[in-house]
Amino acid sequence: MQAFSKLLTSRWGPIITGAVIGVFASLLVLWGNPGNMGFCMVCFTRDIAGALGMHNAGVVQYIRPEIIGGLLGAFIAAIMFKEFKPRGGSAPMVRFLLGVLAAFGALIFLGCPWRAYLRLAGGDWNAIVGIFGLVVGVVIGIYFLREGFSLGRSHPAPKASGFIMPIFMVVLLVLLVFAPQFGKDATGPIFFSESGPGNMYAPVLISLCVGLLVGFLAQRSRFCTIGAIRDKILLKDSHLLNGVLALVFFAFITNLILGQFNAGFESQPVAHSDGLWNFGGMVLAGLAFTLVGGCPGRQLFLAGEGDNGAGIFFMGMLAGTAFAHIFSIASSSSGVGAFGPEAVIIGLVICIAIGFTMREAKA
Amino acid sequence: MSETIKIDTSGFSCPQPALMARQALQKAGKGVVEVKVDSNTACENVSRIANNMGWKVTFGQPSGDTYLLRIEK
Repeated sequence: MQAFSKLLTSRWGPIITGAVIGVFASLLVLWGNPGNMGFCMVCFTRDIAGALGMHNAGVVQYIRPEIIGGLLGAFIAAIMFKEFKPRGGSAPMVRFLLGVLAAFGALIFLGCPWRAYLRLAGGDWNAIVGIFGLVVGVVIGIYFLREGFSLGRSHPAPKASGFIMPIFMVVLLVLLVFAPQFGKDATGPIFFSESGPGNMYAPVLISLCVGLLVGFLAQRSRFCTIGAIRDKILLKDSHLLNGVLALVFFAFITNLILGQFNAGFESQPVAHSDGLWNFGGMVLAGLAFTLVGGCPGRQLFLAGEGDNGAGIFFMGMLAGTAFAHIFSIASSSSGVGAFGPEAVIIGLVICIAIGFTMREAKA
Repeated sequence: MSETIKIDTSGFSCPQPALMARQALQKAGKGVVEVKVDSNTACENVSRIANNMGWKVTFGQPSGDTYLLRIEK
């Protein structure tokens, strides 16, 4: 196991992780997940929000075991390799807000960076526009990083605080499996979509186990789809980018083998082809993820390590995905939501304000 | 003989430790730079960036949860 861990912290780590994600993401679609959605950190968080009754978009309500497994897999890896180090105190309100805004941006495109790459590997060419937007967002974030942007130092936190997110995930798993009904007259929550993407899911145990595997590998290898772009541009380092390339390649090959590759712009699963807002939404998402320090997958896995700031970011995404549906910000297969464009503009203004104002606090 | 440059990256999230190290190494040009990191991840990232830039990393004694990386060119 030690030798395997050494491999994962070497330059092969992100590549192995990306390959596993790519293959299993395509398999998860075969086993029941929505099209080109083996993993989507934001969509799945939105589905969980729906299941908990935080929004009432009936077609996207389901507690996704991939999220639960992902965090717990990272938690297990952190404990095993003594990297479970609860910490916090680094601009929590800002991190929460960035989670809300990142969720807005991603739901306007209909995918987090993981899903953008998976959509690309499935032939959804709208993802090209989205990824281009993501890169632009990261570049804007890099500008702020170079100018001294910082959310400030975190500090070691009481051990107990690091268990909140893992325990929350276990609670979610219990709610998924036992499906108690907390609403009036024995209705939801917990809600389960009867149609639409929320009704498309691989068997719980399979999703959970794949999540655990991915979470474990990603924690060890520090896999991050935003770091992949950021480090190549900012630090001239391809270490994480190799992981993303592996993800796309292996997802593509698996899709080809499984007959899941369908090239084009129109009629792609859980996607729309409004190029301007696919681009704009991902600029917002890319910028927000860069300012907070990583992609939503990385933030989920950091939360498993006891990083309170990452946990707060996840909560911001949970709230943001709910608001996105309640306030008609989220897109659908028919196109952008009524207030999606406004959310992109306002979100960008807020992120830019954060970029200019946040500096390390001087004692 | 120029002084050892010392930087403390404790508590910063990605990419700051690597970025701070890169900026310090670029400014120094050569010599010795000491970088304090407080996680394995920061340790790996700083070391990789330093190696990419042609510097050599020697690990100092870990003290508690932090490491002192000695980077030389």
